[in-house]
Amino acid sequence: MKEKYLINARIIDPKNKIDEIGGLIIDSNGLIKAVGKKVANGNLPSSAEKIDLKKQVLIPGIVDMRVFVGEPGYEYKENFRTLSNAALSGGVTSVVSMPNTSPVIDNVSMVDFLKRRGRDKSRINIFPAATLTKNADGKQMTEFGLLKRKGIVAFTDGIKTVQDPQVMSRIMNFASQSESLIMQHAEDNILSNGGLINEGEISTRLGLKGIPFLAEKIIVERDLSFLEEYFCRYHISQISSEKTISVIKKAKNEGKIFTTGVSINNLSLNENDIGEFRTFLKLSPPLRTENDRQSLVKAINDEIIDVIVSDHKPEDEESKRLTFSQAATGATGVETLLPLALELFHNKSVKLNKLIASITSNPAKILGINKGSIEKGSDADLCVFDLNKPWVVNKNKLKSKSKNTPIENRKLQGQVLKTFIKGELAYERI
Amino acid sequence: MAVIKKLKAVKLEQNHLLGIQDLSFSQVSDILKQAKTFITLNKSSSKKIDILRGKTQINLFFEPSTRTQSSFELAGKRLGADVMSMNIVNSAIKKGETLIDTAMTLNAMHPDIIVIRHQDSGAPNLLSQKVNCAVINAGDGRREHPTQALLDALTIINRRGKVEGLKIAICGDILHSRVARSNIYLMNMLGAEVNVVAPKTLLPHSIERLGVKSFTNMKKGLDNCDIVMMLRLQNERMQGSFLPSAREYYEYFGLTPDKLNLAKKNALIMHPGPMNRGVEIDTNLADDINRSVIREQVELGVAVRMACLKIFCKRR
Repeated sequence: MKEKYLINARIIDPKNKIDEIGGLIIDSNGLIKAVGKKVANGNLPSSAEKIDLKKQVLIPGIVDMRVFVGEPGYEYKENFRTLSNAALSGGVTSVVSMPNTSPVIDNVSMVDFLKRRGRDKSRINIFPAATLTKNADGKQMTEFGLLKRKGIVAFTDGIKTVQDPQVMSRIMNFASQSESLIMQHAEDNILSNGGLINEGEISTRLGLKGIPFLAEKIIVERDLSFLEEYFCRYHISQISSEKTISVIKKAKNEGKIFTTGVSINNLSLNENDIGEFRTFLKLSPPLRTENDRQSLVKAINDEIIDVIVSDHKPEDEESKRLTFSQAATGATGVETLLPLALELFHNKSVKLNKLIASITSNPAKILGINKGSIEKGSDADLCVFDLNKPWVVNKNKLKSKSKNTPIENRKLQGQVLKTFIKGELAYERI
Repeated sequence: MAVIKKLKAVKLEQNHLLGIQDLSFSQVSDILKQAKTFITLNKSSSKKIDILRGKTQINLFFEPSTRTQSSFELAGKRLGADVMSMNIVNSAIKKGETLIDTAMTLNAMHPDIIVIRHQDSGAPNLLSQKVNCAVINAGDGRREHPTQALLDALTIINRRGKVEGLKIAICGDILHSRVARSNIYLMNMLGAEVNVVAPKTLLPHSIERLGVKSFTNMKKGLDNCDIVMMLRLQNERMQGSFLPSAREYYEYFGLTPDKLNLAKKNALIMHPGPMNRGVEIDTNLADDINRSVIREQVELGVAVRMACLKIFCKRR
């Protein structure tokens, strides 16, 4: 690859606190060689290949900490190739893949398979997560040390929660030895049993069994109590309720060290969007009240929540064309993560640098990967977007294999123009 | 000969009866007015008319039902429709067919009206999006049971002249009850004041937002009421323990003569059935012909369903 020059861009790199017009040089190995104001037309050799970004925004490639792939076992919902295309069109260059496949990712041989498939079929960086427990059944912990050595960046039972407190306490106690990252989907299964949407007026009106906020809060409280005794790298995958935020705030004030994520869905939608049984909005954690949503948005601004994820969960039409209680849970979102997040900037809820940090530098830091920043020596994984371009979501134009977007026909502002992986132009909007 | 459907003019009102929530006041008035004419018909010696002759009605019951299913069947037959009741226990649903596929299959047989009962809330709404005929909800999950509420209103009107201004207490398992929800919407719409009475574990979240007052003390909840609607404890829908025992429930929430004394002197007792005698209602009260209108509810149920079939079938 020849050296590449990107010039005249608005570079936003939260990690290095940069927000300025400038350019960058990508060396022949796809690494960033130089970045800043000085990388401009006048200072560069006239013969060099220059890409003028016309003051569009240039950010580090997005790191999405919660994505479901479908391989192995559910290739008809999403495979590595379709996921890669979807992610690139949304400026996402790195994803953490959830282990809830069939079979689940709970042993070393599965990791080899994933890495090979990921490498051969996709252009994005796949960082696989393995389960916390064998078969994700919450009983026997997996081989954290061995799996981590094979390249597993995080451990989570994905859509499931370790229910047994003894198992969870031992997991947290043991994981510190290998410095493994534990990610918990916080939901008490007994409290949420049979629940379909947020417990409240809407669940009463629709006659659907509710999921109380307590189901989430209780697990967060439990795990944070364990954290005091068994310190480990602990991350709460996504939270949904204002009450959980209070718990987190309190624990942070007490000096506990852990991180928290939130799904873009819980920041952009609320329970009213379910309307008359729209199964595409059947999500886990459930969409809650407008008050909860606003509190979550504020928590991003206050840096109580560190990460925004897409919680990209492709489901085929057959799994959604059912009654609400029978329909599958989850929605796609990897390709609309950035534009939907930008809505929070445009409506003046969250500062732009905080939004960008929550999808680039923060997740990279939590995962301990060399991504999410634009600095000399780092991989030139980049996303270029038009901050203001208006467009309308049309599920048929989205690239994911499954079409279960929760924001069909939504008017968005901000669109990804180019995505680079290791300096190579991997996606360009035509 | 095939029935040739007329092209519809401008569609102004719901073509399906999915819930009281979707109905306007004038639609409700229309149903109740028509139903009154059928009360007389049902008492006469020749009960059959032919306004739905040539029409096909399919009863699709995914949950066991005695009174609602037979009531709809009788209603259809008395109006002259061809009525088919599907026995779901032996049907393709048990072989893994989805509701939508079943709907498409039935739709291919050109029914004019499908009456559906389903254990999942919202199932009639889903069905209505996929078929070309009118859909009538005969009870979905814990959401709505509109014809039950309509027949309750008709029963009250028959005895008291009107619903407006009455004070109605709905008592028992509100959480799992579609009858309670439909009645709350309808009685509110018709101008009644509605109390709900239940132990806290059987009161749905934010129930007051539906326009009712909630009570956990039966005596306070029944105070000065004109109508006492009792609900069945729906043990089949209960996951886990909501109550210590039927005995404790009866002690605090069962309708007994001393609790009923707090309601108005001539208060009527209603129950959608089937009753658990000695659990939610004293057996003598249930049979008291001066107070209990439980059998009248069943009788008027046929008339209300005839009115609904006629109106919604015609609207296609």
